[in-house]
Amino acid sequence: MNAEAVQRAVQRISHEVLERARAQGAVEKLAFVGIRRGGVPLAERIRAEIAKVTGAPPPLGTLDIALYRDDLASRGATPVVGPTDVRFPLEGRTIVLADDVLYTGRTIRAALSELVDFGRPRQVWLAVLVDRGGRELPITADFAGVRLDVAEGDDVQVRWRENGAAEDSVVVLEGRKP
Amino acid sequence: MIGRHRHLIALEDLSREEILQVLDLAVSMKEVLSRPVKKVPSLRGKNVVNLFFETSTRTRSSFEIAAKVLSADALNWTAAQSSTTKGETLLDTAKNLEAMRPDILVVRHSASGAPQFLAQHVKCSVVSAGDGAHEHPSQGLLDCYTLRERFGSLEGRTVAIVGDISHSRVARSDLHSLPKLGAKVRLCGPPTMIPQGVERLGATVHHDLRTAVDGADAVIMLRIQHERIGDPLIPNTREYSKYWGLNAKKAAEWLKPEAVILHPGPINRGVELSSDVADGPRSVILDQVQNGVAVRMAILYLLAGGAGEDRAEKVPA
Repeated sequence: MNAEAVQRAVQRISHEVLERARAQGAVEKLAFVGIRRGGVPLAERIRAEIAKVTGAPPPLGTLDIALYRDDLASRGATPVVGPTDVRFPLEGRTIVLADDVLYTGRTIRAALSELVDFGRPRQVWLAVLVDRGGRELPITADFAGVRLDVAEGDDVQVRWRENGAAEDSVVVLEGRKP
Repeated sequence: MIGRHRHLIALEDLSREEILQVLDLAVSMKEVLSRPVKKVPSLRGKNVVNLFFETSTRTRSSFEIAAKVLSADALNWTAAQSSTTKGETLLDTAKNLEAMRPDILVVRHSASGAPQFLAQHVKCSVVSAGDGAHEHPSQGLLDCYTLRERFGSLEGRTVAIVGDISHSRVARSDLHSLPKLGAKVRLCGPPTMIPQGVERLGATVHHDLRTAVDGADAVIMLRIQHERIGDPLIPNTREYSKYWGLNAKKAAEWLKPEAVILHPGPINRGVELSSDVADGPRSVILDQVQNGVAVRMAILYLLAGGAGEDRAEKVPA
């Protein structure tokens, strides 16, 4: 996927989020939480698209799930701990949880555990740029930019400008386990 | 692992990078303490045993809270209640505790070198919570953290440490960490309380409090231990307080306006520190206590298997 395709996917997700929020009368209650690091640019961009329509940007937070991982002992490489920043009350909110790639579902499981420790949102929706299949937990995306059918050993990478890439892109590296 | 270390015995062993690894991770850990639910599951199923052969409230509670916030189980073993009073040796106590499969052993002992000795004989990680007059590494790290939080960087800053340097494990840990982060250290106290040759560790020695704190960015006041008083080291507390104690008047006249005051606690009010200074706007003593929990969380997390932000492999952008 090139920059243009990423942009179209973000716009479509934003449109769908807004549509569903309107149907439920929850536009005022929307808030975004990006999972570090790949989910944060996605959350920021959907939020910006929605602000263009509604005029008011919803609250935005970031989650770092390193302290909620379930594999500290079994991983060879040790997890990175970055900042978590959720500064608004979750009570009554409709949270759009954003990540770049949805794969096994374990990251989302950890993010949900962390999120509910900050409060009790009314509901949580999951938005991802890429759904690559391969789930190991009963988790599904409410909004997905693209669904890719890739082999188990392949690595799907989303490269965002915000994280240092020259331009946005999604690449599949064959035979390289993520 | 802290850098290449399985144990945390002394800051003398740590490089600048290893110290920064702990301090950077402690920033994320401090954020956890401000959450509505102050608990994360990262060390679930791990056991931390606090083995204290010397009394301590602050340090032991701090390690205990740090372990609990990370969801580890913490067991406290204090000498007064233990079989040490029945004559069991240090090694036997440790071997018996080890049989209960702890992941981390936090040890305080009045004998310098006791944590090092245990580290050589047990399979789990050992963290020193202060040994004799050797080092108190977690206190040194929390002092660095508190100053770094206040000033951003310690590069070019001047820190004065005042008190009984000879018997202070806090002073020794500060001396083995602050200069690695770029700070200049001045030591001040009665000549009887400054070890000979300490300048070789990169500090300057002063016997006059005024010159020691002149232009300093921070002053670490050490506790005067009651058992030293009447000892030939100092004649009485009044004399100590007069020459080496800090009160509001001296602080106002001698210190830079933005200089802060630290103390490892517990304070002897009216001896090394007057109440108006200890409770005044310059005091960051209670920040130290809070930062102590965050720093100890970082220590336990790293030794139990995690890493700080800059250590993991770079994520492709």
